Amino acid sequence: MTTLTELLPWDKVQIARNPQRPRTLDYIRVLCEDFFELRGDRHHGDDQALVCGISKIDGRSVAIIGHQKGSDTKENVRRNFGSPHPEGYRKALRVMEHAKKFNMPILTLIDTAGAHPSMAAEERGQAEAIARNLLVMADLPVPIIATVIGEGGSGGALAIGVADRLLMLEHAVYSVASPEASAAILWRDSSKASEAAKAMKITAQDLHSFGIADLIIPEPEGGAHMDVPAIVHAVGNALREQISTLSALTLDQLLDQRYAKYRAIGRFRQAQTEIVEA
Amino acid sequence: MTVEVHDLKDFFRRAPLPFTSSRREQQIPDNVWTKCANCGELTYQKQFNDALKVCPKCGYHSRISSREWIEILADADSFVEHDADLQGIDILGFVSPKDNYEAKLAATSERTGTNDVVMSGSASLEGLPFEIAACNFDFMGGSMGSVFGEKVARTVERAADRGVPVLTINASGGARMHEGIFALMQMAKVSVALTRLARVRQPHISLLVDPCYGGVSASYASVADIILAEPGANIGFAGRRVIEQTIRQKLPPHFQTAEFFLEHGMIDAVVPRSDMRATIGRLLRLYERTTSSADHREHVVAGHQ
Repeated sequence: MTTLTELLPWDKVQIARNPQRPRTLDYIRVLCEDFFELRGDRHHGDDQALVCGISKIDGRSVAIIGHQKGSDTKENVRRNFGSPHPEGYRKALRVMEHAKKFNMPILTLIDTAGAHPSMAAEERGQAEAIARNLLVMADLPVPIIATVIGEGGSGGALAIGVADRLLMLEHAVYSVASPEASAAILWRDSSKASEAAKAMKITAQDLHSFGIADLIIPEPEGGAHMDVPAIVHAVGNALREQISTLSALTLDQLLDQRYAKYRAIGRFRQAQTEIVEA
Repeated sequence: MTVEVHDLKDFFRRAPLPFTSSRREQQIPDNVWTKCANCGELTYQKQFNDALKVCPKCGYHSRISSREWIEILADADSFVEHDADLQGIDILGFVSPKDNYEAKLAATSERTGTNDVVMSGSASLEGLPFEIAACNFDFMGGSMGSVFGEKVARTVERAADRGVPVLTINASGGARMHEGIFALMQMAKVSVALTRLARVRQPHISLLVDPCYGGVSASYASVADIILAEPGANIGFAGRRVIEQTIRQKLPPHFQTAEFFLEHGMIDAVVPRSDMRATIGRLLRLYERTTSSADHREHVVAGHQ
């Protein structure tokens, strides 16, 4: 018998993608006191791969944005397997501006293999839609808490993931590209996904050790899907604590800390002198 | 941020090269012919160089290095390079039978004479000062890792501090896989830096050149105040091959070109290389009135009196 502590990174990818694993709406249903879904980007359509809305948690108004995968084939078709088009990111952007206007903390739930690659997505500016959200989230004057509940893949995850705090579920993964795509890019062989998953250090534990994830939320034995009420409760407690910590900061403190957090990510070597002139 | 201060001896052994015109290209003598990668037309090398490496027959814009871009755009002797000493490190302990990241970095540095993708510094165009960060696609496919992100972020912050515009020249295949999540987070790092530039009301001009995809395209390069692209440049979020595999059909040739994105409202202009210097000069002049935020404030105060 294998215990969870012995899981390989590729095993974690499988757990993160387990169809039984609780999704964004499973968290919303329990945690939110009267969730009102906000739909559509007001330009093109309503992308159901991303769910947005307003709600109250402990009497406090919050905005919620999360990727939504389907629980069966039919729902997956409707929700495009949780891979948004530009209109999904623009709906999220609309809700971010909404949260700014009404001073609501933003909770984002990340669960996507990545933004959808297609002709339609390119024509409508997938790159711009993602880029715009990064820029807006960089100095949005409300607390932002991102939680990776399943898989976080690439720019499609980061587009709702620039936050004051990044939380990850114990068996969640977050990577620059899905393991399959990484293997294809690195070795032109997407079947080497399990090797890529290992080489690229994508687990919650890896990201916590890098200082990129701020907190790991332990999952019930066997993974989040084994005891949904328990994991939803744990996530709710973690979010409440973060909301109250971040709400105590002044706006300048909040934005300065966010700036410093992202500005400091990266490792490199630098010589002591500099400036080479023409 | 972890900055590993390297042994000085080590640094001088691989000191950044002083800025002169492109070393490797200079080794190609003028009296040879060059064959267009697009149409196969033979052009005398001198004529090709004089045309800024644009094919005189079909107009194909060959990929050029960051050094060459700076030569084209910056006033003679105005470019002062910054942060040339930043070097990538193997953050993840990247283990793969086929890939040794540090060895790859060292070999690419040796071959290109630069430490990473981006060359950055201060320059002027027709006397107007700006900060520039230009990609060299030839360095590991222009991939964005920690050094790339740091250099662009410093360029943007330097521009904000000096109160001058930023020009980025973007050619990239996307994030550098060997740096994993650190590579992804560079997109956010440059984004936070850009908020400082916005605060001092200085423009970011982004020039997209062939090819520009993935993390660079899905971050600062696509949300500049002005976005220009070279004719025929391939631009996009997802690569062509990835989309073809997803939709299981061939894409039309026009798809994801600069002209395609102009039609779809994603960029401001497609500018031939021969007009690039004049165009960017025009833009810098158009923003010049607002370049001094102090003047702007005085103006506002005067208006109130």
